[in-house]
Amino acid sequence: MARRSSEDTGTVKAPESRRQRKKRSKENKTRTVHANLLYDAANKGEENPNRHYANNKIKTTKYTVLSFLPKNLFEQFHRFANVYFVFIALLNFVPVVNAFQPELALAPVVFILSVTAIKDLWEDYRRHRSDKEINHMDCLVFSRAERRYVEKYWKEVRVGDFIRLRCNEILPADVLLLSSSDPDRLCHIETATLDGETNLKQRQVVRSFFDLDCEFDPLKYNSIIECEKPNNDLNRFRGYIIHRSGRRDALYKENLLLRGCTIRNTEEAVGIVIYAGHETKAMLNNNGPRYKRSKLERQMNVDVFWCVVILLVLCLFAAIGHGLWMFQYGDKRPVFDVLSPEGTDLSPIMSAIYLFLTMIIVFQVLIPISLFVSIEIVKICQVYFIHQDMDLYDEETDSHLQCRALNITEDLGQMQYIFSDKTGTLTENKMVFRRCTVAGVEYSHDANAKRLAMYQEMDSEEEECTSHGGTLPRRDSVTSHQSARVVLRSQSTKSHRRTGSRAEAKRASILSKHTAFSSPMEKDITPDPKLLDKVNDCSSQMDFMRFHSQPMSQLPSDLSDTIDFFIALTICNTVVVSSPNQPRHKVRMRFELKSPVKTIEDFIKRFTPSRLTSGSNSSSSSSLITNRSSNKGCSSLLSSPSAESTLTKLHEERSCGGLENAFSPVPPSYDGKASWNIEEGELRYEAESPDEAALVYAARAYKCSLVGRLPDQVTVELPHLGKLSFELLHTLGFDSTRKRMSVVVRHPLTDQITVYTKGADSVIMDLIKPPNTGNSKGKRQKKIVCRTQNYLNLYAADGLRTLCIAKKILSQEEYACWLQRHLEAETAIQGREQLLFESALRLETNLQLLGATGIEDRLQDGVPETIASLRKAGLQIWVLTGDKQETAVNIAYACKLLDPEEEILTLNADSQEACALLLEESLHYIQAKFLCSSADQTTKAFHSSFAPFDLHPSSSLSSSSSHAAPFLVHRLGLVIDGRTLAYALDKSLEDKFLAVARSCRSVLCCRSTPLQKSMVVKLVRNKLKVMTLAIGDGANDVSMIQVADVGVGISGQEGMQAVMASDFALPRFRYLQKLLLVHGHWCYSRLANMILYFFYKNAMFVALIFWFQFYCGFSGSAMIDQWYLIFFNLMFSAFPQLITGTLDKDVSAETLQHLPQLYVNGQNSEEYKPYMFWMNMIDAFYQSLMCFFIPYFAYADSDMDLFTWGTPITTLALFTILLHLGIETKTWTWMNWLSIAFSIALFFTVALCYNASCPTCYSPSNPYWTMQRLLQDPLFYLLCIITPVAALLPRYFYRACQGTLFPSPVQVGRQLDKLPADTRRNILSLTRVKVGSPLSPKPPFLSLSKASPKGCNKNDQRSISGSKTLEATQGQADEEEDRSCLSGPTDSEMHLSDLYTLVPSEIDTLPYTKDAPQPAGELQPPSTEVSECLDKTLEPSDVSLSSWITSTPLLTPADSVQLNLLPDGAPQCVRYSRNSEDRLKPDHAVHPAHRTEQEVEQLLHTKL
Amino acid sequence: MMASSYNAKEEDGHPSGASGHGGPGVVKSKKPDNTAFKQQRLPAWQPILTAGTVLPAFFVIGLIFIPIGIGLFVTSNNIKEFEIDYTGVDMDSPCYTCAKNSSWNNTTPCTCSVDFTLEQPFESNVFMYYGLSNFYQNHRRYVKSRDDSQLNGGRSALMEPSKECEPYRKTDGVPIAPCGAIANSLFNDTLELFHIDSNGSRNAVPLVKKGIAWWTDKHVKFRNPGGNNNLTLAFQGDFSKPVNWRKPVYELDPSDPENNGFINEDFIVWMRTAALPTFRKLYRIIQKKSSTTPTLPSGKYTLDITYNYPVLSFDGRKRMILSTISWMGGKNPFLGIAYITVGSICFFLGVVLLIIHYKYDTRNNSADIPN
Repeated sequence: MARRSSEDTGTVKAPESRRQRKKRSKENKTRTVHANLLYDAANKGEENPNRHYANNKIKTTKYTVLSFLPKNLFEQFHRFANVYFVFIALLNFVPVVNAFQPELALAPVVFILSVTAIKDLWEDYRRHRSDKEINHMDCLVFSRAERRYVEKYWKEVRVGDFIRLRCNEILPADVLLLSSSDPDRLCHIETATLDGETNLKQRQVVRSFFDLDCEFDPLKYNSIIECEKPNNDLNRFRGYIIHRSGRRDALYKENLLLRGCTIRNTEEAVGIVIYAGHETKAMLNNNGPRYKRSKLERQMNVDVFWCVVILLVLCLFAAIGHGLWMFQYGDKRPVFDVLSPEGTDLSPIMSAIYLFLTMIIVFQVLIPISLFVSIEIVKICQVYFIHQDMDLYDEETDSHLQCRALNITEDLGQMQYIFSDKTGTLTENKMVFRRCTVAGVEYSHDANAKRLAMYQEMDSEEEECTSHGGTLPRRDSVTSHQSARVVLRSQSTKSHRRTGSRAEAKRASILSKHTAFSSPMEKDITPDPKLLDKVNDCSSQMDFMRFHSQPMSQLPSDLSDTIDFFIALTICNTVVVSSPNQPRHKVRMRFELKSPVKTIEDFIKRFTPSRLTSGSNSSSSSSLITNRSSNKGCSSLLSSPSAESTLTKLHEERSCGGLENAFSPVPPSYDGKASWNIEEGELRYEAESPDEAALVYAARAYKCSLVGRLPDQVTVELPHLGKLSFELLHTLGFDSTRKRMSVVVRHPLTDQITVYTKGADSVIMDLIKPPNTGNSKGKRQKKIVCRTQNYLNLYAADGLRTLCIAKKILSQEEYACWLQRHLEAETAIQGREQLLFESALRLETNLQLLGATGIEDRLQDGVPETIASLRKAGLQIWVLTGDKQETAVNIAYACKLLDPEEEILTLNADSQEACALLLEESLHYIQAKFLCSSADQTTKAFHSSFAPFDLHPSSSLSSSSSHAAPFLVHRLGLVIDGRTLAYALDKSLEDKFLAVARSCRSVLCCRSTPLQKSMVVKLVRNKLKVMTLAIGDGANDVSMIQVADVGVGISGQEGMQAVMASDFALPRFRYLQKLLLVHGHWCYSRLANMILYFFYKNAMFVALIFWFQFYCGFSGSAMIDQWYLIFFNLMFSAFPQLITGTLDKDVSAETLQHLPQLYVNGQNSEEYKPYMFWMNMIDAFYQSLMCFFIPYFAYADSDMDLFTWGTPITTLALFTILLHLGIETKTWTWMNWLSIAFSIALFFTVALCYNASCPTCYSPSNPYWTMQRLLQDPLFYLLCIITPVAALLPRYFYRACQGTLFPSPVQVGRQLDKLPADTRRNILSLTRVKVGSPLSPKPPFLSLSKASPKGCNKNDQRSISGSKTLEATQGQADEEEDRSCLSGPTDSEMHLSDLYTLVPSEIDTLPYTKDAPQPAGELQPPSTEVSECLDKTLEPSDVSLSSWITSTPLLTPADSVQLNLLPDGAPQCVRYSRNSEDRLKPDHAVHPAHRTEQEVEQLLHTKL
Repeated sequence: MMASSYNAKEEDGHPSGASGHGGPGVVKSKKPDNTAFKQQRLPAWQPILTAGTVLPAFFVIGLIFIPIGIGLFVTSNNIKEFEIDYTGVDMDSPCYTCAKNSSWNNTTPCTCSVDFTLEQPFESNVFMYYGLSNFYQNHRRYVKSRDDSQLNGGRSALMEPSKECEPYRKTDGVPIAPCGAIANSLFNDTLELFHIDSNGSRNAVPLVKKGIAWWTDKHVKFRNPGGNNNLTLAFQGDFSKPVNWRKPVYELDPSDPENNGFINEDFIVWMRTAALPTFRKLYRIIQKKSSTTPTLPSGKYTLDITYNYPVLSFDGRKRMILSTISWMGGKNPFLGIAYITVGSICFFLGVVLLIIHYKYDTRNNSADIPN
């Protein structure tokens, strides 16, 4: 849905108003909005200053009835191909050169143009319909005449109108909030349609209308608003409102309600329209889908260019031929050489020139006119199928893959580098509080860890249950939601497809999920008993002290730290509390209808009522304690607790006792507390980020719960102390440069102004006040800092996300001082952001460390498997994360990105020079260690002579890239942090950095900023000339996603910004596997084959005419009737290739997923290499020779006339072309058969009708009754049989030989497909095990041999090797043979050719490929054991399988590495030796199974 | 795009991104149908081209093609054909003088006779062709240069011939009928065949000129203007003959009104432009008289030629061909040879594949095992 952008808005308006607007825009840069009421009615608002602003009618259509044709044509002629074809068609109107009937020659181009035009028209019509729908939505607008709000259509809303909005209504325009029914003058909105964020945002009434006591009366309003011109920045709005009194009030984005948002939790709000229609921020933010050009298309364009060259060469040849032909007759003009119409004689040269042009027309088909259209059609179909894939559908979020870019599907099959975000992409982004350290004491929360482990188990159990089709009650409720949604959706899809989202649709989608970041796993934290005691202790002491009016400062510092820590957790955030008032009894009823709830979590999960159904006030639950004025005095008085809250407290205390065993999912005392639990469950936190929510929930577990948040006040409930209200003085929001956020509050108990800061440990630690070691307090502080740092390191090593909590107490003077400057900054118009930033920096200094938290971010399902299989597919995976290094490294280990086997290079530099040095050194290191180029050479030679059909992904990768130096990818991991990355990305170092990075198997960039992420992607993409894919889920990935060739967004927890920037949006990371390996592969191979076929087809057809030129004096004559010539491509041969291009599957999805190695096919562009174009051309020319000369000789010297002779040629060409497609088609479904049958039937039907229709028309061919006569001619049938056979013989033979002698991996995969289902499954599942098995970076050798009925003859064993490396997993019996192989290569030749080596990604990624083969005996693994192990693995699944799977003798081409692992990772079967390395470090033979953690760590920290 | 607003999440700290899943505006939340088509699981035949799977096809093709080829070859060889070139290029050729003098403007007919001997009798109906070589009837401008509407007797087209006929459209403002270069270059030699008896007397061989054109051409495509009543009347006056013609179109065959004007079969045959520069066109049919005597007994014959058509200027050749035909048309051994060749190649490749198969391809059986 392409949207109008700002420039388009101009065209909507009448020219008059545009002119005026132009004038206006010159005058000032702001917009002034008056209330319309002042100028209403009578003179139609002639003097209304708002009249020049766009009204709220939106029109996203591109065309009007009148402008459609010219505008659409104009747009279509932007495509060069169209211009070319029109040019050729017009050339036909020049009599001297025309080849065809001019009108007819227009047909194809008109057809193509009209197909596109119809498509555009349809799209535009749909836009028009949805525009209309949106424009006719209702809203309440104040009418001066009636002095009340009346219903009006959206389109009638004008700038300056007053609008009344009710709960759950969608905003029709950008509205300045003037009044709200909320007592706090707030209005909650949901911006899901703008940015996908479903949490509620608070908006404030404009300050001057804040204290309005009575209801806002539009009639009394007569202020003037001055604000910015419409722009598309959703997060900025500046301006001021001028009252009649002359007072000015600033306006912020907090005052603006944006079009498309939904009003929530607010009964009523009134506002004035500031921007309407196309000038709203939502509309200005709508961009159309992105257009990228895929690699395949770029390659195709090169070949289109070659086609042009071929065309010109053919034309030139013909022109010269014609000139010579003319010349040989000299003056004796033969009777058949007709004079020009003027009766003048043309000189040979002139007629050659004319002929050149004529030939261009005749041969125009060589440039495949329908190719572009066909590709578009095929891609749309491909996108459709990807959309429909059930495997890419996520039940949980009810979303499936979205293709946002329609034209780069085939790029998915050619990726070489993946750049992934970590959080939310690899991990769930479901933050779970794991452990914390307070005041230097660590609380490990073991029970919590157990609980988490249990969730995992429960998850898997649940999965099993559901997969067995059990009708769990919970599922029922889900489905009922879904059905409700379906109904709702059906009536609203159209409108909310665009900005005008509808409340129903939103509600429906929310109904089906829970609040963000609030799965029970995240919510129910089991407190650590020690810490809980401490908290209780502390708060009771405080309570006591308060009661006795003792100053709080007497509290022991560790206790006060503890309580401060939790207060900070609770209030230092932007979490909004909501408590929807769902009618209780209703809940009960539903509750009883369903099966009994087993756990509270389950209960909450099920019945968390949607906030949509809530009434009004977020803060209106039982705990509305205060109004602002009453606690201004900052008395720490507890607001008089209502009876209910006392009760609550009582309950709490009771439950405290049972908390030790609360990690059990079934609370022991359940019935008595059901109602309380419900109530508690209804307090829901809506956080902007999952970590915030996690911390708030964690604090709640310690009874420090956030119960209310108002713009200037946070209410916290503490044990013993009850509800405390903190006056919120400032919130210094989080930003990625500061990496922290702070709140400034007035502590109700101490009455001190306190700053709570929460942020990344690296920044906070730097801001900690250097402890004064003099006194004991200082010593303690130092100790705390020290210990906390230790624990932080520990947390990070556990892969936890760490946050530090600190506080700072400000004296009144300090605060006043800071406040003054801060206010200055706030009111500054120029550079406000910068000033605020600096102001924040001033405040956040000299902090006192309270503690740190460790939050676990669990890996998403299937991430390690996905990464492993993507890597096996030859993809290089880089992870770019903002996380700290240790966390990132640990997550990387957890998701198998880094391997304990690998050495890790860590680059941490403080300066440019240090960085340069580091890079230099690591480069040397890598070279010294791995790149002995001479040895490499010999290996290569050896390789090529022995295993010619082996595949080398990495070497071919590097050769395909522009760099000449052969880069091998080593078993090395590179870890680089943000700062070093910044240096490394410098122009002077980037080459070195790349050189290092590309030779590492995995790269991990930590602490990187969004900009760095995109720079890395850009660097790799531009310098290495590789295909890059960036995947991420947050706004910080947007730039990276945009830079990469293919951007993938995860539509996860972090909103839609990444998705909106992406080309594809996935619900989960693991879907990437199928998307790339299956759909990418298919799309690529389908399209590549189709394009090649197109070139072939056109060349073949055109060549027929070219051969004829030799027999017609190069006169540009064609024996093929021009109708056939022109419609051949468009009609007769169009359908089968579309079907094949859409449906053909070279290998089944299952096999593709289990043998990721097949993906290399696309990476290396093996379906469509440049030489293939020429091979196809040559084949095309050969085939056309056959199709031309067989009829030529068959009808030589006969009385055949021109077109009766040409018709069989056309028919033969059609047959040949279709059969050619048949050879290239890998899967034949009924659609393929049907399309081919249809094509043939269509040709004959059209031909027969055409030849019977008119005896005098269709000059010059006048084919009356030709086809009918031909069909009576036996010779015609004889030709039809022999010609296609003769023409396709070479290709068919070649394909057969290739299939036998040197099958591509893809063909082997196909053969695997053909195996009986259970056998294949067994084989594949074996491979599967390996993929998942942590200890086997290489899949074990897998061989397949025929269990021939005659018995298993050793010599007849053929194998499909599942692992690409020719590993020696040999049966003992084969040992001898193998040795002989090694000694005499000739003997083994036969053997070698039997090896179907599937993608040797691993061995090539190994650096050890340079040594000469060693005697096999030395390398023999304990083979008996091997076979034993094999048998063991096989037995359970299928006894007979052992006869299928045998270990087969294989030659190791680069056999310095022997890594034989079995699916089970049985240690006794593992032997791992690195010979090359042995030489360097004799003692370095590593046995992974026995590797201790220490070793791992040692490797981990191998720093340079 | 909203890339500009990076207020969002940063992993280590404190994201301000947002919760929830896709906005409803973008996500179409519908579980895909689990149909074979949508899940791309249509039942399919998946041929794998390997030596083993393909070689039967080669043998089958070979085995079918070779017999067909032999049959065609024999059939073609049974056809009797006699060809004589009467262009008169050589000095000793009887038509040498005629050839030298002939030109389009020449009005005096030149005749010559060529003697030849048929070694074998022609049993069935004999078709008499004239053949031209080096005559590019398929030249682009030549092929176009006609007006089918005019030839169909369209009155308006008669008066205003198509532009395609230029420059043979009008002479001095008078439309030419039939217009265009093809008609203009009508083959106008007359051939007569005489059988020389054993006693030396010339017996004219009866030549049938009916049925040499396509039935549809004669009866549908070509029509005289105003019916066939009075051609002279229909054509005279308003039209001129093509410049190279010696007599107007309505005098092409005065003997038979059914064969005159546009529907003159010689004319129709000529108007069907030949595919290749060397071609033959059916001139007459010699019908078999009785089952006992051959149509053309072996012996001496004389061909009398009224030599009008100049071909030497473009190095052309003129031939007279006598041929019998079979079900597959005239004598042409090519197709038989082609079938035999292709069949043999297929057979040979089949053998090669068989060798390959046995040497390298036993593994494929593992792929064939299924079912």
